[in-house]
Amino acid sequence: MKASAARDPSGLERAVDVAALIFLLLVAWQLMHQVAGDVAMTTPLQTLRYTAELLASADFWPHFVTTGRAFLGALLIATVGGSIAGMLLGFHRLAGEVAEPMLVALYSIPKVVLYPIILLIFGLGLTSEIAFGALHGIVPVMMFTMNAVRNIKPVLVKTARVLGLSASTLMRTVLLPAAFPEIFTGLRIGFSVTLLGTVMSEMFGSKRGLGFLLMNALGVNNVELIMSLALLLIAFAAVANSVLMAIERRISRVR
Amino acid sequence: MRLRKATRIRLVLIAGMVLALEAACRTGLIRPFTMIPPSEMFVSLLRLFQSPEVLSDIGQTLRAVALSLSGALVVGFLIGALLYAFPRARRIADPLLGTYYSVPVFVFYPLLIVLFGLNSIPKTVIGFLYAFVAMIINTLNGLDRVPPVFWKTAKVQQLGRLATAVHLVLPCAGPYLFTGAKLAVMYSFIGVIGSEFILSSGGLGYRISFSYNNFQSDVMYGLILFVLLVVICINMGLYAWERSLMERRGGR
Repeated sequence: MKASAARDPSGLERAVDVAALIFLLLVAWQLMHQVAGDVAMTTPLQTLRYTAELLASADFWPHFVTTGRAFLGALLIATVGGSIAGMLLGFHRLAGEVAEPMLVALYSIPKVVLYPIILLIFGLGLTSEIAFGALHGIVPVMMFTMNAVRNIKPVLVKTARVLGLSASTLMRTVLLPAAFPEIFTGLRIGFSVTLLGTVMSEMFGSKRGLGFLLMNALGVNNVELIMSLALLLIAFAAVANSVLMAIERRISRVR
Repeated sequence: MRLRKATRIRLVLIAGMVLALEAACRTGLIRPFTMIPPSEMFVSLLRLFQSPEVLSDIGQTLRAVALSLSGALVVGFLIGALLYAFPRARRIADPLLGTYYSVPVFVFYPLLIVLFGLNSIPKTVIGFLYAFVAMIINTLNGLDRVPPVFWKTAKVQQLGRLATAVHLVLPCAGPYLFTGAKLAVMYSFIGVIGSEFILSSGGLGYRISFSYNNFQSDVMYGLILFVLLVVICINMGLYAWERSLMERRGGR
């Protein structure tokens, strides 16, 4: 979301704010532990210690690799497929108008109800997980790319035509740079949503992966493992998103 | 008239896709094990309403959505208003609001089951957690759009808090609050039905995963169609309403 303050806070101020936020979250977590007790959750310190053990154990990594592979596959389809389809819909105005409400509808439905259909088509396993992750991610990437292309100022294209640029030069030097910041926002959101889709698919009827591990931990009532996995996934998502947001800020400033 | 044309093409396109699917299923191109023809899905959907089990599932889901949604609207609005009143707190919360939707909220679900047990509380909490931050963000967005001169005018005219809220703030921020509410509806549905699907003891998502596990294709497709139709209709209604609100305010 947009920065609230009228002036952009400096790097140091931002770092102090983030430190304060993390501190407050840790305090809240500790307090929740006081209320809920050891049976229901572990403290931040216990969780960190267990997470370190988990990362050092050999059992963890095959699950990590499974999830990573499914996520990367889904991300590849969502970003490449989504940006190509989004560009086509952006350049062809009528096609874009036809597709837009359908994309909005697809974005707003609980996609989880479509998972059984994907399972029936692709069978239980990696392919289904990739398909489900990609189904989540491709829609926002398409919508943002389409809008980015639509928002390119016509004067840019006209100028390029006057200068006699070829189609490929026009694409490379004018259209892509003009649309890229907004496309990148779509890619960032696509990244998060794809991760959500991948983990969710593993939480339902999977035999490997971090999502499976999470549900399995629930089955055997291993609270430490649940907390550690949740922490790892949240930390990964939050850090990745922050990095992507920082890049986003930089490229939109350049423009 | 361009828009009209797009709508027409869209309807033809959707009808064409449904017919193609029907043909593919009828000719055996798609095996009945994978997918039943759309016409049978529709028949199955109508038959669902005669099953007391399914009706109770529908009730359970709608209750959970209603509860999580109303919680999200109230809490989200209050937190939004508080953060608006305290800029320092808002600056600290800002990175959290910005990253919140990048986190797969469902990873909290197993933890909530440990905390509350396998009943309707965890899925309601997930629906709430999914929805309330959208309401915070849009409340802030809306309050930001109230021109500073309005606050000053209210002070000069010695309007009370309530009068200021009703006559100045709501008309300005209203459309944005509505956007927040619209997103909250969508997110609480996703949160509740997603949780039910992963693991729960009742509700529409549970019924879909149950019929999948028991090879009841017709029930499953009827239910999927039902969920899609309900959610899409609600969203389209809210979308149209939102558009008319924005237009009345003089366009975006």
